[in-house]
Amino acid sequence: MTTATRGTGQQGGQQGGPQAVLTPLSFSGEGSWAYDPAPERVRPTIRGRYGLFIGGEFVDPAGGKWFASVNPATDETICEVGEAGEADVDRAVKAARDALPGWRAMPAKERGKLLYRVARRLQERARELAVLETMDGGKPIRESRDVDIPLAAAHFFYHAGWADKLRFAFAGRTPEPVGVCGQIIPWNFPLLMAAWKVAPALACGNTVVLKPAETTPLTALVLGEICREVGIPAGVVNIVTGAGATGAAIVNHPGIDKIAFTGSTDVGKLIARSVAGTKKKLTLELGGKSPNIIFEDASIDQAIEGIIQGIYFNQGHVCCAGSRLFVQESVLPEVVAKLEHRLTSLRVGDPLDKNTDVGAINSKAQLATIEKYLDAGRGEGARLHEVNGSALPERGNWCRPCFFTGVQPSHRIAREEIFGPVLAVMSFRTPDEAITRANNTPYGLAAGVWTDKGSKIFEIASRLKAGVVWLNTYNKFDPASPFGGFKESGFGREGGMHGLRAYVRV
Amino acid sequence: MGDRLGVTKTYKLLIGGKFPRSESGRVHAVGGTPEAPIAYVCRASRKDLRAAVEAAEKAQPGWAGATAYLRGQILYRLAEMMEGKRDELAAAMGVDQAGRSESGRIAEVDAAIDRVTHYAGWCDKYPQVLGCANPVSGPYHNFSVPEPTGVVGVVCPDEHPLLGLVSLAAPVLCAGNACVVLAGETGSVTACVLGEALATSDLPGGVVNILTGVREELIPHFSGHSAIGAIHAAGLDADESRVLREGAAENLKRVCIRELTGDAWFDDSACEDPWWIEPFVEIKTIWHPSAT
Repeated sequence: MTTATRGTGQQGGQQGGPQAVLTPLSFSGEGSWAYDPAPERVRPTIRGRYGLFIGGEFVDPAGGKWFASVNPATDETICEVGEAGEADVDRAVKAARDALPGWRAMPAKERGKLLYRVARRLQERARELAVLETMDGGKPIRESRDVDIPLAAAHFFYHAGWADKLRFAFAGRTPEPVGVCGQIIPWNFPLLMAAWKVAPALACGNTVVLKPAETTPLTALVLGEICREVGIPAGVVNIVTGAGATGAAIVNHPGIDKIAFTGSTDVGKLIARSVAGTKKKLTLELGGKSPNIIFEDASIDQAIEGIIQGIYFNQGHVCCAGSRLFVQESVLPEVVAKLEHRLTSLRVGDPLDKNTDVGAINSKAQLATIEKYLDAGRGEGARLHEVNGSALPERGNWCRPCFFTGVQPSHRIAREEIFGPVLAVMSFRTPDEAITRANNTPYGLAAGVWTDKGSKIFEIASRLKAGVVWLNTYNKFDPASPFGGFKESGFGREGGMHGLRAYVRV
Repeated sequence: MGDRLGVTKTYKLLIGGKFPRSESGRVHAVGGTPEAPIAYVCRASRKDLRAAVEAAEKAQPGWAGATAYLRGQILYRLAEMMEGKRDELAAAMGVDQAGRSESGRIAEVDAAIDRVTHYAGWCDKYPQVLGCANPVSGPYHNFSVPEPTGVVGVVCPDEHPLLGLVSLAAPVLCAGNACVVLAGETGSVTACVLGEALATSDLPGGVVNILTGVREELIPHFSGHSAIGAIHAAGLDADESRVLREGAAENLKRVCIRELTGDAWFDDSACEDPWWIEPFVEIKTIWHPSAT
């Protein structure tokens, strides 16, 4: 699998051309090796309808309501999924509650072995899942193939091993499971976020009710199938599909012991208020407006690739996207020129094409949000740089990757999370100024720093208020590496030893 | 020679290393009888809280930037100062809580001194317990370190006014946070005497600020203040907890409410470990490529 994640993965581009020319091997005759089909040729099996996964079965929603999951690159309906109401959520919580004693009592090593099996099945179905993820969410197949699906499998593999080692993770304390966990995840990394939530919860002996986002429910439902197939007991994992109302039903259900939410800061605050008078534990992984700081003594060409990865990876639908670029004044012209040049080689289009760099915007609503910010940026006097390259497809939701210069810190595009391929470029003179401006935000999820000076880079890293700091790199993820924010980017960590804390009582 | 007239003391707030009165001018009586109270303490207002938070914000980076060794020595020095004021602290507690035996009060002071000593020793150790290097699958150095949350509100229980206060504040301080303490309502004088020990313990002014006042009145302001990053509280009823958490949602404060009562505060195994520090640190994970 791809290890620490590649971002948009343009290895060629800036440094010039393909790295090697491989002569295709030719095989013929019986027993010869066949080429595997290219990922986009794998057609996932998709049922016409997916019910709710409750108590180990796919069941129809009690209210009889269904909604369409649409391919954002074609506007075509992929299939229908059930809309879970309060009664369905109640049923799912009961199933999770009923399954809890048996799951907790199972020897930890056995629990771990079930999670290893999930990891293996994800690997075995990786191509199918990658195509499905790309169809449902619009992300380039290269990213779902090389990032989302391998990392999801790796997450189960990593946490499987923790199941029987938890007592070593909490110095001097004996960890106990929290109970039934309600988990609400976003649409930007559908299966990966499901893995981030489900794998540690299960490893720690909890049962879960998971709600995938309404625009991207399909890979989570396949995860449900896999859980059933590998023998995870019925009710340990329940998956209810729906929109905000379904999420609210989970948050407010009295039978839930812990809420884990990934999504917008506004909704995160609502959830924090909702659970204020209860005993529910809460972890939140929310929005960001992460700074990416380029010093004049950085390797500029590498930094350009980092900037591109930082903001255009997954169409900029990334909570830790490096959406505020701070460039030291002396290299600003060079950086802007190189960024502009680099935009010309980013391909926007069919997400199922292996050569696509920037896929479809996840939904019409998100496209409207991004366009609102493009208007705001122009309206407030910033200068938009976009490259009018190849024509965009006629159907689907598209936004060309772009950036603004002439941005003031007070501009909305410099303060608010856009969640799209839109970068705000600003300049600075001194390290102190860069740090002050980088920290001048209610968010604190991630940050990037580019300089070849070792002592400087660690000093800057220690003064940035951010939960993940990428030095001379950006948008790297790994199951062993904790992820999560300072300040209004949320609390709690996911991944690594620190991520376990959210799913135990000590 | 006639009877000398004693100099009575007014107990004031501790803000930014100074001892101001409440800007509101309000005081309330403590001890004795309603006609003849033993002391008056300030009833802090929202504006006092703001001043205290400002002082804490100003002092926090310097405190966090001090070496862990130095922070440890300064907290240990606080324990030394408290030892020197052992009798005075016990007497103050007698003013706050008239019904308590002297031996009980002395026992609480001793436990509080020992607790400060315990957390003084954590300053240069908790990062090794709460942080780690992470074995990521790729050519990167990756490590996670705990960093202070910033300014922390400390809302004290009514019972055990000294032990409760230091048990809540010491773990916050040892991690490089600054704090604004709201003393327990039946612990104002004790908290003020502790403030005098703090002011002479080499702790930079503003790192600990102490307010005395009415909890119900001040909790919404603590929970709503956008520069307070976390709150460590104990002894709250269900309503106070809810109000605190609801207000805290506005800027997503980290809230940790302890449910210890009675002798549990004396239990070292319940109150002394890095998991008391952990709610007031933010884990920062740093990646750097490794290459030639």
